[in-house]
Amino acid sequence: MLEAFENGADGVMVIGCLEGDCHYLSGNIRARARVARVAAILESIRIGGERIRMFNLSAGEGAKFAAYVNEFVGQVRELGPSPVNVVRKNAA
Amino acid sequence: MITGTPKPIEEILEMIDPYERIVVAGCYGCVTVCRVGGEKEVQVLASTLRLARETAGKKITIKEVCLERQCDPEYIEQMRPYIHDYQAVLSIACGAGIQFLAEKYTATPSLPGINTGFLGVTERQGEWAERCQGCGDCVLHLTGGICPVTRCAKSLFHGPCGGSVQGHCEVGKDTPCGWQLIIDRLKSLDQMDNYVKLKPYKGWNTSRDGGPRRIVREDMI
Ligand code: SF4
Ligand code: SF4
Repeated sequence: MLEAFENGADGVMVIGCLEGDCHYLSGNIRARARVARVAAILESIRIGGERIRMFNLSAGEGAKFAAYVNEFVGQVRELGPSPVNVVRKNAA
Repeated sequence: MITGTPKPIEEILEMIDPYERIVVAGCYGCVTVCRVGGEKEVQVLASTLRLARETAGKKITIKEVCLERQCDPEYIEQMRPYIHDYQAVLSIACGAGIQFLAEKYTATPSLPGINTGFLGVTERQGEWAERCQGCGDCVLHLTGGICPVTRCAKSLFHGPCGGSVQGHCEVGKDTPCGWQLIIDRLKSLDQMDNYVKLKPYKGWNTSRDGGPRRIVREDMI
């Protein structure tokens, strides 16, 4: 997740299956906890915790997926580029 | 295992502030098991530090390594070929490992990336609890396998004390009284006679009271 930010992402969506429906039983619940940890890390280094979010979807929810992506992209656009990307742009 | 918790990132950033090239060194031993200093944690920490430093306009180069153990010389030796190319090592092994690095590489500052905790067990995923304080004279055979040094907040050898209320220790409602646990267990094992075999006083000369300890095993040299 952090690597995505290092590679230039302004925001990262983590999408798991619906809670209670995980093939690995609690994989998606644990993933949510890990995402919360990464959000806290991003907050602590002033990149911003709101740039990462966990979503839960089933494989059949294409329309919902598109709606989530649009919503998140909109939110990230509002936030603007990640501070690390701002530094990179200024240095270039 | 030896447990620990990550240090706050601000504290680590302050420690590494003077450096532009560091090694982040994990350990595949205890700290991997308690999820604080293994290979994955090296990656998370290195990534975090690179992002933080680049955002602050002070890029850093980080070499990521994870040694089999940082408490054994042969594994520490593996860093020798490249250690001099770096200005400091940020270790996320336990305090023993971090010190051993400092001892072996005297020209390179060795920095702690975690706060080392205690000798404990994994009670459930993500939760660890203390079980042993390495007192050097184990009495578990007399106490139903429950350690009075660790589980009793006062390390009493003749508990429970007056602060024990309905199985709880006076230090907090979440802390079971170690001595209540011991008595209950001895009763269920029908070993209450062990209670009187325990000396009410304990010699702490095998523990920390004699200063730093050393074990020499002639049969192993
Ligand atoms: S260096 Fe510490 S954490 Fe690593 S194996 Fe040794 S005792 Fe355990
Ligand atoms: S009695 Fe001493 S050695 Fe035994 S478990 Fe307790 S602290 Fe550890």
